Amino acid sequence: MPGNSLPAAVELVRFLPETILVLLGTLIMVLEAVTGDRPKTFLGHLAAAGLGLAACAAVYAHSSPGEAFSGMLVVDGFTTFFRLLVYAVGILTVLSSCQFLTRERANTGEFYALVVFSVAGQSVMVASHELIMIFIGLEISSIATYVLAGFLRDDPRATESAVKYFLLGSFATAFVLYGIAWIYGATGSTELTAIRAAVDTQAGREGAMLAAVAAALMFVGLGFKVSGAPFQMWAPDVYQGAPSPVSAFLSAGPKAAAFAVFLRVFETAFGSIGPLWEPLFWISALLSMTIGNFAALVQGNVKRMLAYSSIAHAGYILVALTARSEVGTAAVMFYLAAYALMNVGAFALLGHLTRKGERFQKVEDLAGLGSAQPLAAALFSIFLLSLIGVPLTAGFFGKFYIFKAALDSGLVWLTVLGLLNSAVGAYYYLRVLVVMYMREASEEVPPVEALSGGLRAALLACSAGTLALGIFPGPVLDFVNRSATLIR
Amino acid sequence: MTLLNLVLWAPLAGFILLLSMPRAKEQAIRAVSLAVSLAAFLLSLGLAWGLPRVSAGEYLATDLPWIASPAIRYHIALDGLSVWLVLLSTLLTPVSVLISWSYIQKRVKEFYAFLLLLEFGLVGVFIARDLFLFYVFWEVSLVPMYFLIGIWGHERRIYAAVKFFLYTMAGSVLMLAAIIYLYNRAGTFDYTAILASISAGTLVLDRVEQQLLFLAFFLAFAIKVPLFPLHTWLPDAHVEAPSAGSVMLASVMLKMGTYGLVRFCLPLFPQAARENAGWIAALAIVGIIYGALVALVQPNMKKLVAYTSVSHLGFVVLGIFSFTQMGLDGAVYQMLNHGISTGALFVLVGYLYERRHSLEIKDYGGVATPAPWLSTVFLVTTLSSVGLPMLNNFVGEFLVLQGAAQARFAWSVFAAIGVILSVCYMLWLYQRVFFGDTPEEVRSRVFDLRPREWAAMLPLIALMVWMGVYSRTFLPPVTAANREILRMTNVNVLFEVRAPRGGGVELRAGRAAGPVRAIGEESDAR
Repeated sequence: MPGNSLPAAVELVRFLPETILVLLGTLIMVLEAVTGDRPKTFLGHLAAAGLGLAACAAVYAHSSPGEAFSGMLVVDGFTTFFRLLVYAVGILTVLSSCQFLTRERANTGEFYALVVFSVAGQSVMVASHELIMIFIGLEISSIATYVLAGFLRDDPRATESAVKYFLLGSFATAFVLYGIAWIYGATGSTELTAIRAAVDTQAGREGAMLAAVAAALMFVGLGFKVSGAPFQMWAPDVYQGAPSPVSAFLSAGPKAAAFAVFLRVFETAFGSIGPLWEPLFWISALLSMTIGNFAALVQGNVKRMLAYSSIAHAGYILVALTARSEVGTAAVMFYLAAYALMNVGAFALLGHLTRKGERFQKVEDLAGLGSAQPLAAALFSIFLLSLIGVPLTAGFFGKFYIFKAALDSGLVWLTVLGLLNSAVGAYYYLRVLVVMYMREASEEVPPVEALSGGLRAALLACSAGTLALGIFPGPVLDFVNRSATLIR
Repeated sequence: MTLLNLVLWAPLAGFILLLSMPRAKEQAIRAVSLAVSLAAFLLSLGLAWGLPRVSAGEYLATDLPWIASPAIRYHIALDGLSVWLVLLSTLLTPVSVLISWSYIQKRVKEFYAFLLLLEFGLVGVFIARDLFLFYVFWEVSLVPMYFLIGIWGHERRIYAAVKFFLYTMAGSVLMLAAIIYLYNRAGTFDYTAILASISAGTLVLDRVEQQLLFLAFFLAFAIKVPLFPLHTWLPDAHVEAPSAGSVMLASVMLKMGTYGLVRFCLPLFPQAARENAGWIAALAIVGIIYGALVALVQPNMKKLVAYTSVSHLGFVVLGIFSFTQMGLDGAVYQMLNHGISTGALFVLVGYLYERRHSLEIKDYGGVATPAPWLSTVFLVTTLSSVGLPMLNNFVGEFLVLQGAAQARFAWSVFAAIGVILSVCYMLWLYQRVFFGDTPEEVRSRVFDLRPREWAAMLPLIALMVWMGVYSRTFLPPVTAANREILRMTNVNVLFEVRAPRGGGVELRAGRAAGPVRAIGEESDAR
């Protein structure tokens, strides 16, 4: 808009959710300082309410789709879906953290503010249509999560987790930035459609190779964020060391946002040089599934096992990305929603079951849970069955949809190997079920306290969502199918 | 809301009802599950009552959209192939409830809840007419059985439960891939619609496609049957499961595999099914003889009965892959017979275990003295299992052998060896357990049948006689359904047709919508 540097009102509406989130985060920081020694659970509830408000704003923004700020942001179905997804993850995380943080005597407002800031960063990532904005969103999201991972600063495991995540994470974002620099050098733009136009005109020539190198560099950085092999090394240590609610958040929110960026950047900007980068995706998919599942088989620590399982699940999603079709995109979106529900549920509940100080993380420590805590055990079973991919759960339908997309695109071998992998995966999830229901509780382990308040609500929401997406996936599927139409 | 829907959903309603009951009221929980399972059984009797006796089409169909895209439908229907298997499931559930009355003492609520959930899954498998829906029920039935074995089983229950789950799961994921592939080719998951387009020639799967899809389906079913050499999960699961688990597993769950072979493998991939029939029949025969030989030397009663299942189900698979009307009819009839007779054997072994707390044959002897009625009932069941004329197994085995002989005479000769061996192991078992000296533990602990135990056994005994004497009650709908399936196995199939007078072999492509008959099938008009 030449001669008019002020954004129009409708553009502000399109940016409203992020505005709300940033204000909310700041407000929580201020309230934390002025409320002194009072218990801080209400800040958690405030954060949840604020995230809910942002979700409403996202829905409102969806009613006026289009670009904002000279094409830096775009509001379309894709954006709205991922915005709602990361807000939902944020809400579930703060709700399930209250009890945990109180138990660990770390219930301060900063935690909630950091979650909100991280969600704001992810929200920017998924709404951006321009590489610099994507990078800014990625950094906002990442820096907040580095702090979250080490939030329990007296716990050496958490500190180790934070340092590892920070060092490797900054290395990975540097790759993204380097990739952006390459693409700017090759095409003279950082806006996705402009890049696409430039790449299209150079197809088959030198410029295409430059773009392919840029794509590979960005693949490294984003592959790190989604914990796809061979960039998955950090995930087990970080997920295991971080406080469980944070692991829940890490495995769902940043991952979903990074996958959104994957889709947006690779399909829109690099769509025409697909054959050059497709092998990266299927190799990574195959490696992630195999490494994740086989490494999870031998884990005795449930948290570490779930970390490896999240690598395997990233592999399934990469299979759908390899399909490079609208069905594939829809499958990625659906699976991320399903995965967010079941994995946040599983990690959050695990954080509760590991008891004070997260001391009891071994599989055997869950023995006898089925009779001692029937509700917790039943909820955990739902999440595990969904992670296995048993029908009538979200995990099954998500997997089904992914492999359907893969077969649509003729990836028969990848599908067969992926399905066999998911059968391997059944073993380690089953082991947890076995211990919960089929072994007697041992004497040394103290009993688990009852589920309360926000955690209970969050877990019930996760399990209800897991079942609802498994039995009636129709509405969500409808929405993802309509909004999977990226600019290609 | 058709009757079929009621039969399907009643167990699930019971499951939810049980979950909402307080866990301390164990007696009430038992009563409710008995009432629900009996109600489901009585309702299912109505299914058999109204079923057309001669036509093969869909009966009591419900076809509603479930998920819009991909088009997945809630399509259920009954036909002659499904009806008796549904009845078998609904009959054996109350039987299982009765035999668990005093056997199951810990976590009663969960036990009966899982039993009803299992019934829901099993009934669903037999009536689903949408491939996706079928897969859903197929997997859903896996979960409750896993818990039944793993929580209430014997010492090595966890190993057995995990083995059971993983075997079945590994087999079925490839079936899922095949189902999706079929959807991509046919544009629908609907079984009836796919068959129609195969008949009309609008969907032609080439030879390689058929072969791979067939193998993917076949593997899932063969593991479930279980066909030799995929049977190794079965003895473990049977031995470790509680009585009710063994009964449901042997009587109904194994039939999911054989049912799948008839329902899906034959009509959907006829060319591949015919091409593979040779080695499959060979494996079936190996299974018949191997299962019988291993059963002969088992010291453990439950393991013995488990191996007889391997042997008996070999007959079923042989009948299916004989591609003759008699063979198929016999196979389906034998599925029911095996459900009744082996189910009854597991019930009776469970009775003995409840008394003597041992499954080892050597711990028994002379049981006939303290428990004459128990011995009599066991004898009838034994005779039924070995195929005595006038009892049910005779009819099925005869038809299978006849069908196999029509297809290839040598098959029936080898299979008949299994019949002889079955007499050996069963009668020897009977002799060692019920005759001879009565040890002190047996004399003091074993008592005769109680009324509740009678109630569980009487319907099974009655059926053994009924199905042996008057098979016409059961066979006509089966024959009608099988005729349709056989017709489908002749559509678009390349046949080797021998010239009328000597000469060489000539290949002819049958691309007609109607049946093209192969040599050896003219004689099966009955």
